[in-house]
Amino acid sequence: MPLYLAIKEIWRNRGRFLLFSMVIALITTLVLFIAALAGGLANANRQFIEKLEADLLVYQENSDLQATSSRLGVSKLKEIRRVEGVADVGPVGISSATMVFPDGREGIDIALIGVEPGKPGDPPLQEGPGLKSKRANEVIVDKTLSDRVGLSVGDAVIIKSTQGIEEKLFELEVVGITDERQYFFQPTITVPIETWDKFRPQAGGEPGEVIANLFAVKLSSSADFETVATDLPRVVDGIEVSNKQKAILAIPGYTAQQNTLNTQRVFTLLIGVLVVGGFFQIQTLQKVGQIGMLKAIGSSNRNVAISALIQIVLVTLLGVGIGSLGTLLLTLTFPGNIPILFNATTVFGAIGALLLIGPIGGLVSIRLASKIEPLTAIGLSS
Amino acid sequence: MATALRTSEVTKIYGKGNSTVTAVDRVSIEVKKGEFVALVGPSGSGKTSMLAMLAALLTPTSGRIYIGNDELGQMDEKERTLFRREKIGFTFQANNLVPYLTALENVELMLRMNNQLDKTGKTRARELLVRLGLGDKLNNLPAQLSGGQQQRVAIARALVHRPEVVLADEPTSSLDTERAFQVVETFSSLIHEQKRAGIMVTHDLRMTKYVDKVIQMIDGKVTRVIDDPVQISILANTSSFEASDNYAEGYSSQLVIPMTAANNSRLAFGVTG
Repeated sequence: MPLYLAIKEIWRNRGRFLLFSMVIALITTLVLFIAALAGGLANANRQFIEKLEADLLVYQENSDLQATSSRLGVSKLKEIRRVEGVADVGPVGISSATMVFPDGREGIDIALIGVEPGKPGDPPLQEGPGLKSKRANEVIVDKTLSDRVGLSVGDAVIIKSTQGIEEKLFELEVVGITDERQYFFQPTITVPIETWDKFRPQAGGEPGEVIANLFAVKLSSSADFETVATDLPRVVDGIEVSNKQKAILAIPGYTAQQNTLNTQRVFTLLIGVLVVGGFFQIQTLQKVGQIGMLKAIGSSNRNVAISALIQIVLVTLLGVGIGSLGTLLLTLTFPGNIPILFNATTVFGAIGALLLIGPIGGLVSIRLASKIEPLTAIGLSS
Repeated sequence: MATALRTSEVTKIYGKGNSTVTAVDRVSIEVKKGEFVALVGPSGSGKTSMLAMLAALLTPTSGRIYIGNDELGQMDEKERTLFRREKIGFTFQANNLVPYLTALENVELMLRMNNQLDKTGKTRARELLVRLGLGDKLNNLPAQLSGGQQQRVAIARALVHRPEVVLADEPTSSLDTERAFQVVETFSSLIHEQKRAGIMVTHDLRMTKYVDKVIQMIDGKVTRVIDDPVQISILANTSSFEASDNYAEGYSSQLVIPMTAANNSRLAFGVTG
């Protein structure tokens, strides 16, 4: 009975209900996009650090976990390697450069990463033999770049770097392609640490010891993270230690950006609750006489409430369905460089929340409907 | 004829403390199966409250109501809902039909609620509508029906599940005179044919033409009960719409039912209550 009435009413007023489902669909699209954008932006910021082959990151003391303000001489590597629980450690240098093209295409700003071949920090490859020595003119490009430019193993790339007042060009051979590892929205290319030291923008002058920005530390399998993290700064002077999560949160603007987007998402959901609530409440108010009549001829409160709930759930389901599908189709038409990322947890979380806004928003109208007295059918009230 | 409905000293008092209003004052009436009764009276006479109590929508402050084998005062909310669904047929002044159901679906709704929507039920619903002259409107939505047609659909709905009592709240209030007569005439013949107990609340005395008994209420009390066909016909014929309208708007005289009716009466009107 409740299902029959709920469906008949929707069907005979399908224009109105569909319109309302479309409103929910648009809210769904908005929520999913904000979620995907938050995911995409977060990803573009954190991807490099997140994927770095390391259990622990070592920064210069008081660098606030900022790679760019951290300077670590490679001579410290030996000291760190000696600490108990450390399996291996590798230097990671980070600077920026531009990839240029002989055919006149516009150059691409990239993050130039220096690592020691075979040490922590050297990325795992999807294809190619990888870096061979500390000073070879070889490069691993990440998938972001290889996809965008169309590079494959064996190709030559030209890197432009500013040293002093001179712009220098270096030619490198692609020896590997790794997965997507953007650093602050820039694609990364990874070169041997000494090559990196030679290429990176610098004021010039006499090169001394190679200075990396951070060290990637791998722990031996038995080692306790906390113990090593406390031991390291005690044994080695002038360093601070962090895990990846802390390092990510320390990325400038990262937390603020994510908070802003999450606030937007929550507010959009709240607006959704209000919109659904308002719609069904107005609809219930318009039906007071009719609901009173139904109760007067023997419809129970429970059936009236169930009927209202069924309608709310159906309309919400349809709206969220259309919205999710629409979002999916829309993103397929997007060019690759828009930072949106659909991750299963966030998407299903958002869809779950969206499905809940219907019943939550509808609670008021269900309550209202169940409070209508059958007496109203004959124009009386108690 | 067996008694379908009986009330004993039914009283309804609204409000509490010093500001109470006695809407229905010790009303005792009886309606038999196959009997069509008009409950008449001006606004505020308590006829609607009486109707609400008969329909188990309102609980009497005191007194008893018996319908079939049930005593309404003994029922809880759930039982009253079930009682209304099974034992009562109802037509209303407004909001009579579910707007998104067709004429046939509206009638079938009553059967659906009572789990009687089988083949015989469906046939009964269809036949009732045909009998009421709506054979070609079965699949029309209420918005596509005139006021009189809607009222007739409501009558079909009120009868289709074979209730003990059929209650009609001002069934003619939104109809023109001709249609009003048609609707009440059909209503009356169906009540008689199907042996239901019918009670129609109306302020239009002309509609009493088709009833077996007129119960007049004033100030919550039953002031007159006319069950003589001659008296009723005189009452119905001598009541102009204007007269009945004035009668509804507010009366000042005790003699609300026109004197002509009383003068022609062999029996003196007993003022009860």
